Amino acid sequence: MSIPSGLLYSEQHEWIKLEGDVATVGISQHASEALGDLTFIDLPAVGKQLKQGDEACAIESCKAAASVYSPAGGKVVEVNEALANDPAILTNDCYGEGWIFKMKLDNAADLANLMDDKKYADLLGSL
Amino acid sequence: MPYTPHSASQREQMLKTIGMTREQLFADMPKDLGCGAPHIAPGLSELETLQRIDGLARRNNQPGISFLGGGFYDHFIPAAVPALVGRSEFYTAYTPYQPERSQGTLQSIFEYQSALCRLMNMEAANASLYDGGTAIFEAVMMAVRITGRNKVIIDSAVSPIYRAMLTTYTANLDIRIETIDAADGRMNRRDVLATIDDSTAAVVAANPNFFGAIDDYSDVAKAAHAHGALFILSVYPISLGLLKSPGEMDADIAVGEGQSLGMPLSFGGPYLGLMTTRKTHVRRMPGRIVGRTVDGSGREGFVLTLQAREQHIRREKATSNICSNQGLCALTSLIYLSLMGKSGLVELASICRDRAAYAMNKLSAVKGVSVKFPQSPVFNEFVIELPTRADTVARAMVAKGISPGMPLGDMFKGMDNCLLVAVTEKNSPHDIDKLAAAMEGVL
Amino acid sequence: MKLVFDKSIPGRKGVDLPPAGVPQAKIDPTLLRSSPAQLPELSELDVVRHYTQLSTMNFGLDSGFYPLGSCTMKYNPKMCEAIAADARFANLHPLLQMAGGLKESQGALAMLHHMQDLLCEICGMAAFTTQPMAGANGELTGVLIMAAYHRARGNTAKKVVLIPDTAHGTNPASAAIAGFEVRTIKSDRSGDIDIEALRSALDDSVAGVMLTAPSTLGLFNPNVRKIADLVHASDALMYYDGANLNAIVGRCRPGDLGFDIVHLNLHKTFATPHGGGGPGSGPVGVCDKLTPFMPAPLVTETSGVFKPDFDRPQSIGQVAPFYGNFGIILRAYAYILRLGCDGFADVSETAVLNANYIRHRLKNYYDLPYDQVCKHEVVFSAKRQAANGVHALDIAKALIDRGFHPMTIYFPLIVPEAMMIEPTETESLETIDEFCDAMIDIARIAAENPESLKACPTTMPVGRLDETRAARQLDIASI
Repeated sequence: MSIPSGLLYSEQHEWIKLEGDVATVGISQHASEALGDLTFIDLPAVGKQLKQGDEACAIESCKAAASVYSPAGGKVVEVNEALANDPAILTNDCYGEGWIFKMKLDNAADLANLMDDKKYADLLGSL
Repeated sequence: MPYTPHSASQREQMLKTIGMTREQLFADMPKDLGCGAPHIAPGLSELETLQRIDGLARRNNQPGISFLGGGFYDHFIPAAVPALVGRSEFYTAYTPYQPERSQGTLQSIFEYQSALCRLMNMEAANASLYDGGTAIFEAVMMAVRITGRNKVIIDSAVSPIYRAMLTTYTANLDIRIETIDAADGRMNRRDVLATIDDSTAAVVAANPNFFGAIDDYSDVAKAAHAHGALFILSVYPISLGLLKSPGEMDADIAVGEGQSLGMPLSFGGPYLGLMTTRKTHVRRMPGRIVGRTVDGSGREGFVLTLQAREQHIRREKATSNICSNQGLCALTSLIYLSLMGKSGLVELASICRDRAAYAMNKLSAVKGVSVKFPQSPVFNEFVIELPTRADTVARAMVAKGISPGMPLGDMFKGMDNCLLVAVTEKNSPHDIDKLAAAMEGVL
Repeated sequence: MKLVFDKSIPGRKGVDLPPAGVPQAKIDPTLLRSSPAQLPELSELDVVRHYTQLSTMNFGLDSGFYPLGSCTMKYNPKMCEAIAADARFANLHPLLQMAGGLKESQGALAMLHHMQDLLCEICGMAAFTTQPMAGANGELTGVLIMAAYHRARGNTAKKVVLIPDTAHGTNPASAAIAGFEVRTIKSDRSGDIDIEALRSALDDSVAGVMLTAPSTLGLFNPNVRKIADLVHASDALMYYDGANLNAIVGRCRPGDLGFDIVHLNLHKTFATPHGGGGPGSGPVGVCDKLTPFMPAPLVTETSGVFKPDFDRPQSIGQVAPFYGNFGIILRAYAYILRLGCDGFADVSETAVLNANYIRHRLKNYYDLPYDQVCKHEVVFSAKRQAANGVHALDIAKALIDRGFHPMTIYFPLIVPEAMMIEPTETESLETIDEFCDAMIDIARIAAENPESLKACPTTMPVGRLDETRAARQLDIASI
């Protein structure tokens, strides 16, 4: 199970990476594998304002659906359009090409609530 | 007992096998629950049941000559339709959750979706909804989801029954319904167009409308689109043998009551809710959808698809709470459309139109009777104004074995003398002559 | 098999219509479609063959055993089909009663009125509406009544509906569409709603609790009255999902258990055909204090005349155009007359006997997470077989090859590898034994040759279909 360092993780299995004032958001390999073959990613609208923990968008597989919760508060500034045509990109590379959206954070202090890779690995170990 | 097969000794044998007594089967239900058998009559034999029901059936007396429509029409049903729908492999099957064993149901739904798209000139259809009224509600909900807005404009010439249902279903939701009163039996275009703004999710209209008037709503669709709103059109499917289709008017969601496609009137149901849309909105569409795919050896087959939108997976976040479709009614309409075929539906619609025009002439020749909205083009239904109350006239005529149509006084203020008259292929020119003569007789 | 459209031969016809016999009328060309709809061009026999062939690719209750748990697939008596097809009912226009023909509609209205009464008596409720057009539509109606009740009392704080985690997905979906916030209550070890969890969730914001009895695991909750008392004490309503009524019908009434709102699925308990996915019918019953909020119209009787009652100022309004799926209600009505009070007690007893017989016969072969007397259905787990790579899905597909419709699988969600079997009262001992023998044989193969089950089914027109491809490369219409 890959849990890259340098990313922060939420209890709902999202990851977030802050570069400058823009953060990239995706889901962890654990979440991606739990969902199986994805069939659709309902990307959020650019400009959508989110609070930490808000539902940002939904991901569907054949017989399951999951919500992606925003790991921090802010405004969606870009979405990964490639996922709309080929959701398998997320399954194949959930920490890279399979990112879901980018957001401009309202308050970087939100990130303090999140886990680093070691803590997230502990969480997965306890499930 | 009628439908429990075990003999007494088999029951004994089964209880012995499981090592229980009859009482123990229900020992987990506390005695103090205050329950007991319902106080209803003891069971009847099949013959007695049929006799009892026959007694009720005798108290129904649908007039042999009827011009009653109002959104529900008495069309001819070819004998092959009930014969095929009555095959128990179709009607006693469950929802096709086991696709390998349900290709009959699944392929027929795929064909139904295809037939509806062809009829409406739309790109996607679901496997059906309950009826024409819930179809409008679901279309409105879909538009609210797609646009993220909550104002819905509806023409008052959409069926008052459907508008009442829409009010019920949206009562607790953050949706504002703005009803625009029709003018002279047609959409009040000026007011509708002036009401569309950037908070509008959808404009809802019907073709023909409740008064029978037909229209081309392309301009309304265009105005809605200019504000980022959707245009929802409810149609009478038989009329699409002739009339401009929702797709040709650039509707975003087309719905309708499908009863006229091979289903009997049956005092209000079961009917069929039609729903079609554009490809781009498929994932926001409620209800079951069947898709074509392949098996491991490349053989083509059909499955329920996009199930992740549905309530059994999405629960409170589902696109709708509906679980079933009107499966057998959808099959009925498909078989009906297959029999009617490309030219049959055109022919049928033409007969309805021609005979309605004939009836309009005949009735307006009756002394004191006039066509209420002479400027409105119509398909098979129209409003006439009588010199007296329409409900009294209808009562007198029904008693004589002719139902002349629907009195509108209870539904629309100031229309006490108005009667909505529908004509189908089942009303011969001779019946129409009788209608006019009988009306003359009671006036 | 080819699509019906692909069999089309230009110029062929399946119907002949009479000539109009009147002059041709004109419609402004701007109102007309540009070309006819591309419907098939086939003879009547072409159409008959096509759909007859499709029907043979289906499996109905008349074809064989259909033990779908929580779906109650019991036999649909032929008598009911004949009655619904009677032209004196089938040709009756629903508007006739309001178009001068109240007298001419008395048979249908009398039936509906009697049906309202019968359902009240069977369920222990004060009033019933037949309007809802399916079970989920009934749920929505029931929850709308719940909302109207609290609103009428000025209780605006009532915004939450509590639903157990074992509930069918329509419960939360219906509550959400009625404008409620849904809170999930976890189940205890026996699969019932956890009373402590319920107690702590019951605050002033709770409008109602949606439950079913017996539970989704087929077990009867002996605390149901205690739960009702708790819920009522916080001014909330008890909602009964009638999915499992077949287990207790004729011997116990939801109203007596403390439920305030009940919805039924006529195809489950009252033997109407499922139709491959509908039409259904989902009548809703309520206790006395909720009757003002029932949908309009109800059918009422005054001095022997039956009529629609629209004068209901506190009503939630209309949920169906008229009285719901009349043809389905008529079938269920005939079934109720046929069974009577004694018949229903026999229904639940035989349904429960059959389920317990299956529980007993299969418990040595499949894991039985709740080994106690069950009601109308029994839930096994395929976890023993799963250890060998054979999942509930594989067992289901193997049953197809043996001539049975599979049981419900992967529901309820709280049992891993769930296999939910509901035999119903209409199946014979011989059929049930054949099914059990097949299940035992599959368990043997799962142990000896698990790989062989992965290929099932092999006797169908298609094998397992690629559902991921279906969802990704949407092909949902041939245009």
